[in-house]
Amino acid sequence: MVALATNTGVASAAAGQKIDIQSVFHQFELEGEPLPVLDGIDFSVEPGSFVALLGPSGCGKSTLLRLLAGLDHPTKGDLKVDGENVGDPDPSRIMVFQDPTLFPWRTVWDNVSLGLEARGILKKSRQRVDDAIQLVGLDGFDKAYPHQLSGGMAQRVALARALVNEPRLLLLDEPLGKLDSLTRLTMQTELVGLWQRAGLTAVLVTHDVEEALFLTQRVLIFGPRPARIVADLKVDLPYPRHRGDPRLAELRREALGHLGLAATW
Amino acid sequence: MTSIDPSLSGRDETSAVEEAPAQRGTGIWVLGLAAAASWVGVAALIELWPEIIPQPYGRELAIISLVIALGLVIVAATGRLFGVAAITTRYYGPWFVAAAIVVGGWEIVTAKAGLLPVPFFSSPQSILEVFFDDWGRLGISVWYSVLLLAKGYFFGAAAGFVTGVTIGWSRAASYWVHPLLRLIGPLPATAWLPLAFFIFPTSGSASVFLIALATAFPMTILTWSGIASVNRDYYDIARTLGAKPSFLILKVAIPAALPHVFVGLFMGLGTSFAVLVVAEMLGVKAGLGWYLQWAQGWAAYANMYAALLVMALMCSSLITILFRVRDWTLSWQKGLVRW
Repeated sequence: MVALATNTGVASAAAGQKIDIQSVFHQFELEGEPLPVLDGIDFSVEPGSFVALLGPSGCGKSTLLRLLAGLDHPTKGDLKVDGENVGDPDPSRIMVFQDPTLFPWRTVWDNVSLGLEARGILKKSRQRVDDAIQLVGLDGFDKAYPHQLSGGMAQRVALARALVNEPRLLLLDEPLGKLDSLTRLTMQTELVGLWQRAGLTAVLVTHDVEEALFLTQRVLIFGPRPARIVADLKVDLPYPRHRGDPRLAELRREALGHLGLAATW
Repeated sequence: MTSIDPSLSGRDETSAVEEAPAQRGTGIWVLGLAAAASWVGVAALIELWPEIIPQPYGRELAIISLVIALGLVIVAATGRLFGVAAITTRYYGPWFVAAAIVVGGWEIVTAKAGLLPVPFFSSPQSILEVFFDDWGRLGISVWYSVLLLAKGYFFGAAAGFVTGVTIGWSRAASYWVHPLLRLIGPLPATAWLPLAFFIFPTSGSASVFLIALATAFPMTILTWSGIASVNRDYYDIARTLGAKPSFLILKVAIPAALPHVFVGLFMGLGTSFAVLVVAEMLGVKAGLGWYLQWAQGWAAYANMYAALLVMALMCSSLITILFRVRDWTLSWQKGLVRW
């Protein structure tokens, strides 16, 4: 909340990446049986935009995110980032998970500096760590250990740990899923702020309809597994948005319809 | 959201002491005075009750009892003036009373009434005599024991750690090493003893090997299980941040496995004590194990009790040191795990 006003320049140099996904199929092996997860996914994301992948739990949207990160490889089809096939994980594409998964034996500062240390460039770029910590509003907590942080603070550290690498694509896998509802609302506003300042491409996986509509410019709705895209909603509202906006309510109704939940409106 | 979890603050090592049933250090400490009185009682018992078999160092033991009593009186009267020492003494107040009863009772059944068979059960003052008259030999034995243990434990812990990390990390290494470990690991290291004393050039190097072997097995198993149980998400995170395999091992897997590694170090230390004593009794002509054996040869039972006491102190001190090292190394765990 503190950091929103400051622009420290972390990640602002990076421009967003373009994503092209063409007829991607993916399946897992489950006790010898193939279990199809993704069933022909096609879409593109413009550089610098904020897109949500919305769908029921377990539908395969997180799998798609892992494919984009390079943690897994698709059974069939092409995933291109900036025109090149996604290979191994690369620090230009960083994933933030539902659990902050901070390393408990490292302080906040050492957690944030992880990527720079792994790539051997920490000595030259210590300032970037300080900037990233400031960016997420955790100045003064450098020396705290993860067990001393609240859930929201831990998730901010996870964000700082991603942003310090100046990623050009931020893959958010339900990053606010485990926070209490008030912290969640605050962090939603912060996420928009971070995305706007960093100028990167962001893909958010969520099963919260309101969150998807409030945060992003475009919502891709997935059906149940094996996942297929059932709708592509454009959220044509300027930022900052207001939760009470009647247009959001309209879109929400439409999204619930696509998810087969129209009767609950 | 900006506050550190309040339940974590104000918890530290002294809290257990302060919550103790003993009084909190205000006013006169009645239990302490009772403990002092019981130690005065021990001194009086030693001085006034004639011994069945006259023994030296009775006077010294009485003086030590009086010194303990004096210390207790001082702590009882001064409250918390002496800080941690006073708090600890107060915490162990009931123990001081119990110890006085045990020493007094022991004195009666041995030196005073002679109820226990004579050469096998030594009186407190005869053990004190060993400490006064034979401290040189006891001291050098402790030194040799620690030296031998340190060598064997170091090699064993290092080998176990490296093996554990390797088989925890590499499927191929696990395939080849695991069956060997299952077969040879549970074999007590002492079973190798006759063979080791032939194969190695000196009994010293054979003992180092045996102690290392005893340490390495639990160390390997626990390091391995530590590495195997590391949260897979840590690797995913590190990989997306650009980590290479060497970083994943050194900076992710090993630090995450450290709590298990320390359990392995504790278990290894325990088994290494057993092998140390046996090796010293049977092969090496030095150390506390040898001292025990030597004392038995002379039917010097008091010396054996004294050596056992010293050995207990040595082992428990080494365990305590390891606890301190662990607490310091794993300080990040505070609040995550309580011990």
